[in-house]
Amino acid sequence: MSSRAATPTPTALRWRPRSIEAFYRPLRRQLDHDSERCVQSQRGRPRPFLPRAVTRGGQIGVGESMRRFGYLAPKSVSEAVSVLAEHANVAKLVAGGTDLVVQMKDGVRRPQVVIDITGIDELRTLEERDDGLHLGALVRMGEIENHPLIIEKYPVLVDSAKLVGSKQVRNLATIAGNTCNASPGADTPPALIALDAQVHTLGPTGPRVVPIDQFFVGPGRTVLEPGELVTKFVVRKAAPNEGAYYERHTPRKELDIAVVGVGAWVRLNGETIEDARIGIAAVYPTPLRATDAEAALRGKPFGQAALDAAAAAAVAQSRPISDVRGSAEFRRWLVDVLTRRAVTNAVARARGGGPRAGETH
Amino acid sequence: MTKRVHVETRINGREVDFLCEPGQSLLEVLRDQLHLTGAKEGCNNGNCGACTVILDGRIVDSCLVLAPEVEGREVTTIEGLAGPEHLHPLQQQFLEHAALQCGICTPGLIMAAKGLLDQNPAPTEEEIRLWLAGNLCRCTGYDKIIRAVQAAAQQMEARV
Repeated sequence: MSSRAATPTPTALRWRPRSIEAFYRPLRRQLDHDSERCVQSQRGRPRPFLPRAVTRGGQIGVGESMRRFGYLAPKSVSEAVSVLAEHANVAKLVAGGTDLVVQMKDGVRRPQVVIDITGIDELRTLEERDDGLHLGALVRMGEIENHPLIIEKYPVLVDSAKLVGSKQVRNLATIAGNTCNASPGADTPPALIALDAQVHTLGPTGPRVVPIDQFFVGPGRTVLEPGELVTKFVVRKAAPNEGAYYERHTPRKELDIAVVGVGAWVRLNGETIEDARIGIAAVYPTPLRATDAEAALRGKPFGQAALDAAAAAAVAQSRPISDVRGSAEFRRWLVDVLTRRAVTNAVARARGGGPRAGETH
Repeated sequence: MTKRVHVETRINGREVDFLCEPGQSLLEVLRDQLHLTGAKEGCNNGNCGACTVILDGRIVDSCLVLAPEVEGREVTTIEGLAGPEHLHPLQQQFLEHAALQCGICTPGLIMAAKGLLDQNPAPTEEEIRLWLAGNLCRCTGYDKIIRAVQAAAQQMEARV
């Protein structure tokens, strides 16, 4: 408990304006800037008012920067691989579009070719086979949260998928998209790390399988080679003495991004934690596999001592930054709290109880 | 590289085809080309839900869907919710409960609520609140909206 006691009370908001005028100054500056730009655009040709998001960078018109790209819609995986290989360095795949379309509107990504893979039914597999659960690249968050088999046997996937965006977003967003976008704060990667998912890919040189904890190399970057795409995720079949759980902290319950999220998986042998895996969101340049925390649990009886050791190890392995969502100190404190909760609830699920799928708050 | 794309789809039960730039969103095509201005542009990045439409039976933010993606699919907008002769129970109850002021969020909220009632004809208040979390309203307040959805659910149950 010492690590928690030693951490001072977090202060996320450092800016303390001295007067009400000072408080409003940045907003007024922004409004003046926007209205000036709106007036300028009307001198050329009359236009209705456009929100700032679409006039950014001096460009006028909704998604003007998004217009200039080629569009291809392959109908099979092999066709997708060949067109992707042909345009390897200038193309982006669109699956759900909930990240890519927004990034293109903001001008963050400007692909010359967009390859729409939403029409490829082979990528929609969702079934349990002898070797485990097969989740096709295009399986949507909304499908995961409502799938009876996943709710019953892989509830940690529901915990994480249910937290992504809104209902409208989850009906578009895909599991491969949430992974390949490689945001360090994404919710599904810690759950996939906890479940030791294997990422199946296909590229010009053929198929390969990458363990999920080796899939990410940095913010927005993965091991995928140019021309390579994710076809599916395979998760080992759930056993009765195993349990997994994901929880994140956010100021708002829905439509928010994790300040920190922790996913944990355990396999019990009586009271002993035989094996454990822990994935953490938003405390490292990639989704983090907290191997030291796992080692601290392995072979230990479940209890306060094991939790203390695991939480301390997870905190030690985290490299959080301070940003708009929270300070590094606050994040370290959250890693401590959420690691304890995630392991405790994973153990409860392994014993046949614990929170119901998706009920993580 | 940029070539316009010919898209054939079904919108509000009618076969529709249009030409679009690959980078146009479904929302832009609905509003600017097909003149279905019910779906609104709010944030244009998937946060506010004002552009909610039903795509193949699932509610989505139409600002996040590239227009060419709807090839061969089925779209329902607020315009297709009820015939010209009558209002849908959700529309009726939004009026009865004064669940709108400026009205910008209303088409999105009604389409999102329809998606909920199609799946769950008798949702609890909590279920409604969580489901509608992706629709922002900045003037009415959510209470009247929740009550309107509950009343519409009851009205629809009674009719069946």
